[in-house]
Amino acid sequence: MTELLITGVRLVPGPGDAAGALASGTQDILIADGRYADPSQASADATRIDADGLLALPGLIDLHTHLREPGREDAETVESGTLAAARGGFAAVMAMANTDPVTDTAEAAEHIRALGRKHGSAQVYPIGAVSKGLAGQELAELGLMARSGVTMFSDDGHCVSDSRLMRRALEYVRAFGGVIAQHAQDPRLAGSDACCHEGEVSGRLGLPGWPSAAEATVIARDAELTKLTRSRLHVCHVSTAESVDVLRWAKKRAIDITAEVTPHHLLLTTALLEGYDPTFKVNPPLRPDEDVAAVREALADGTIDVVATDHAPHARHDKEHAFGDAAPGMVGLETALGVVIETMINTGALDWDGLVDRTSFGPGRIARLQDGLGLPPVLGAAANLTVIDPQRRTVVDRDSSASLSRNNPWHGLELPDPVMATVAGGEVTYSRL
Amino acid sequence: MRHLLSSADLEPDDVTAILDLAEEMADVQHRSIKKLPALRGRTVVNLFFEDSTRTRSSFEIAGKWLSADVINISAKGSSVSKGESLRDTVLTVAAMGVDALVIRHMTSGAPQQVTGWIDAHVVNAGDGTHEHPTQALLDAFTLRRHFGGDTGSFANRRIAIVGDITHSRVARSNVLLLKKLGALPVLVAPPTLMPSGVDSWDCEVSADLDAVLGGVDAVMMLRVQRERMSGGYFPTPREYTIGYGLTRDRLTALKPGTAICHPGPMNRGLEISADAADAANSLVLDQVTAGVAVRMSVLYQLLGGEDES
Repeated sequence: MTELLITGVRLVPGPGDAAGALASGTQDILIADGRYADPSQASADATRIDADGLLALPGLIDLHTHLREPGREDAETVESGTLAAARGGFAAVMAMANTDPVTDTAEAAEHIRALGRKHGSAQVYPIGAVSKGLAGQELAELGLMARSGVTMFSDDGHCVSDSRLMRRALEYVRAFGGVIAQHAQDPRLAGSDACCHEGEVSGRLGLPGWPSAAEATVIARDAELTKLTRSRLHVCHVSTAESVDVLRWAKKRAIDITAEVTPHHLLLTTALLEGYDPTFKVNPPLRPDEDVAAVREALADGTIDVVATDHAPHARHDKEHAFGDAAPGMVGLETALGVVIETMINTGALDWDGLVDRTSFGPGRIARLQDGLGLPPVLGAAANLTVIDPQRRTVVDRDSSASLSRNNPWHGLELPDPVMATVAGGEVTYSRL
Repeated sequence: MRHLLSSADLEPDDVTAILDLAEEMADVQHRSIKKLPALRGRTVVNLFFEDSTRTRSSFEIAGKWLSADVINISAKGSSVSKGESLRDTVLTVAAMGVDALVIRHMTSGAPQQVTGWIDAHVVNAGDGTHEHPTQALLDAFTLRRHFGGDTGSFANRRIAIVGDITHSRVARSNVLLLKKLGALPVLVAPPTLMPSGVDSWDCEVSADLDAVLGGVDAVMMLRVQRERMSGGYFPTPREYTIGYGLTRDRLTALKPGTAICHPGPMNRGLEISADAADAANSLVLDQVTAGVAVRMSVLYQLLGGEDES
């Protein structure tokens, strides 16, 4: 029997009163054979971690990670990506489908899961493609993927822009309680060349604009389709005030719609594009201050349900093109919690229960994960836990990352550096205690 | 001056210095032997990722008349499609021992990015829909002569820039430069061809060419690119010409002596009529001539003062 005793830690079990949940407050937490156990029963030879003054949160879950394997193992692998996840406090990550080959069959999904079991420092759940090959033409084998355990479907990187295909996808997954995660980007309003928020900066820098309306109009359409089909929609990386307004309107009408915001859209702004550094190229693009304020407010009041990283590692040579030609995306797993603490806790916008909801319970609900994920710690359940020091800060150094990629927009910024240890599926996946 | 990337980097004194030196260089153009030894032993590479006959030739002649070794490299097509990063392409060229890189790229910001990777001087010869600072300088050179000689003659001159402002690097560089010189640029275009955020450019904006035309001292007509004609920015070329072309009829609305400019190549009959292009107050060919003198001046400003070492 392996036993881990975390002593003197202040547990934040998260909102709600789950039956049998450990109480909030300072205590010892015992994990025996991967499950929560009564600390008074700890044996003398249990491994002890002194966590005096630290907080323990239900393990973080990332709904939106690009692990790049299979296909671009030079940019990231399941091994390196989940190592970065563990360092970032994540117990589980949802792996986006835009690998090569695309995760658009049950076999491909099973392969991702197997890679996760073999190499993962976090639990890896594959997201299935909505359309075959992400081509936006025909439905992928959603039902077969669901039978193999896939709960979330997304063509992320591409918008399911065809209204009829989107309707069918929403309708079809209702049979098995799936959720469609939409990358909301009208390709006619924001084409593949669009790389800068459409506004003063894009006009001045001469960069093709990505108007807010290209996101908000798709969310509005999809909200109507979700109502029509009585299905479930999740909106990826919401980035604008206009989108927040549409989400508020849809939620008021009791449409089953959820949304995520990325750490970078909570803190970084369009102004960073002034130097044409492709490190700051991301899709959807960084937005102005007023949008940052709007998505923070929406995350605080629950209009936006969760934080998801959209961790998008890229090989150096794919970023060293002219801005318009460079690959969009930025890494984010290791810095995510620090950014959320900086923007939401340190500003008073969220309390710790709120943070647990947005980073663990919310993602667990949306993806309908099992395995003790996204739930308060309960005696006997599998342990997924993130131990943090909320006071600790550091200057981010891209070269100290566990990710294989260095497209790190946080490099050189001073941010909270809270994660001290991560327990995923009962295993200690990261610890510096 | 280390690089020339944007008109925004130039102060009025810099502009005066460049234009004054360009006047001296222009004198060379009229000699039978057009060669100065100023940049002997210097190497200038024209690195063009996008086709351009006139800008490349203009830089080439400018470099050669200053006795620099000028090499043209055409790297047409996106570096992405070739599988080589922009950084690798540029490092390869720089590794050959280059003093200045003159870069034309179809993507905004590329010359600025390059300055972070190499030590050579960089001149922006047009980047995407961002800037084309030597075009703005040659326009200023041409207009300064037209207005009567010194840089102060730009004060309160109203200069209409007409056409596809959204996609025009010439327009951006000209607005920045003209404003520094005290002129009052007026942008004229249908709203579909006006850049987002243009209201914050601190210049007059209009969708009505006829309302503007009678009150300006110069009019710069911008080329309408082929791809815009089918891009839904305006219904038909015919409607564009009637709304925004410098037609024969509109010539009569100009004040006497109003300068007519066009960066070329012209679509005669579309944005500019033959009557306007060939009018007595058309400066189109003067602009081309000025291009060489201004680029000689810019190359000299970048490379001329450097010590042998």
